[in-house]
Amino acid sequence: MTWLWANFGLVWQLTVEHIALSAPPVLLGLVISLPFGWLANRYRVSRGVILTIGGILYAVPSLPLFIMLPAILGTKILDPVNVVVALTIYAVALMVRVTADALVSVEPAVVQSATAVGFSTWARFWQVELPLSGPVLLAGLRVVSVSTVSLVSVGALIGVSSLGNLFLDGFYRSFPTEIVIGIVGTIVIALVFDAVLVICGRLLMPWSRTERPDRSGAADVGVEQVRAG
Amino acid sequence: MTEFLSAFAWIFDPAHSIGPGGIPARVTEHVWYSLMTILIAAAIAIPIGVAIGHTGRGRSVAVQISGALRALPTLGLVILLALLMSLGLVPPTIALVVLAIPPILAGAYSALESVNRATIDAARAVGMTQWQVLFKVELPLGLPLIMGGLRSAALQVIATWTVAGILPVGGLGRYLIDGLSVKDYAQMLAGSVLVVALALVVDALFAVVQKLTVPRGVSAGRQAGEIVKTPSRRNRATLSINS
Repeated sequence: MTWLWANFGLVWQLTVEHIALSAPPVLLGLVISLPFGWLANRYRVSRGVILTIGGILYAVPSLPLFIMLPAILGTKILDPVNVVVALTIYAVALMVRVTADALVSVEPAVVQSATAVGFSTWARFWQVELPLSGPVLLAGLRVVSVSTVSLVSVGALIGVSSLGNLFLDGFYRSFPTEIVIGIVGTIVIALVFDAVLVICGRLLMPWSRTERPDRSGAADVGVEQVRAG
Repeated sequence: MTEFLSAFAWIFDPAHSIGPGGIPARVTEHVWYSLMTILIAAAIAIPIGVAIGHTGRGRSVAVQISGALRALPTLGLVILLALLMSLGLVPPTIALVVLAIPPILAGAYSALESVNRATIDAARAVGMTQWQVLFKVELPLGLPLIMGGLRSAALQVIATWTVAGILPVGGLGRYLIDGLSVKDYAQMLAGSVLVVALALVVDALFAVVQKLTVPRGVSAGRQAGEIVKTPSRRNRATLSINS
């Protein structure tokens, strides 16, 4: 504990950097996966292609991806962009499947009614299908958020600073306290992110509050797995 | 992209295909470590998951524990155990087993929960005992989902053994970590390509196994265009971090 107070400035700065690296992938994951998720349901061929590519990308281990991206993007290896892009790839890979499943799970009768009362395809997507898929999207996003926050620390290995720096520093100095503080800090960030997502869900989808809580994650988002490596 | 050429040149350099630090030796180590980790994790998680799925008891506890485990940063856990115990293979193996348990556990209990209630009731009605229901109905029908849990655990374990290269262990992580310390980008990239290739091969193998483990009656039913809709009980199981 004394170490924490003595180095609070450092820990706080690393926490801020950790948050700055984890927030964009979660948001981008949602935004980018919406059109692809929609496209996946539109045509049989596009569904196969998009979901297969998503599955393959999700299977790529994180540290190798961090190392390969500079060669693909032409960035410097120390550039934090590599970590953000890699984690965005994972977020999209997972959220595309979730989005596709969420949109398909919207009651067909509701969609048909919307069409019948004159909604255009565009308006129907934004005003009917998307809000009704909201709870499932939220459940998927919570999974993405936990794994993203946890994976950011791996970036410390290639010199992108985050709370993961505490793991390496503690290792080189044989100082377990520093590692424990890094782990606890990462878990706290993950919990805060989760709470923010849940609160956003409550605000944006007030109707889902009346449902039983376990139904908010009810639809089959097809993720038993959270990537952690 | 030209960096990849030097990475492939590194991979196909004959000097890197022999000896204890050669590619075949490192691949073997990586596969061996990963296999051991998965087998230990499966030996712990599958019986527990099957018990939860069969009895329907203890599910919320399992969900909460695996949710909490998933928030643990892998790098931190691997390093912490190494510092607290010793260098060597045992601490990272323990850390990786802990990380591999949640997906296998979730796969096992959601597999059993996915079995249609009516099918189980029918099995009971024709006089099957508890064990017969488990081994002749629930496990065969749930096998593809159990394999799915093993699949994601295997990918995670392969990825994390790479990260564990920060410790003095073998495996493909060596190329990434050692290349980093001497700023040999070709070696790092070569190691990365090899790990990705290994992960994708394992993923593809599991995809095939998952297809093969679907019981013939079920796949025949699907082909005939029957609606094989699983009851909602299964759906709740798949996401393990819901409140």
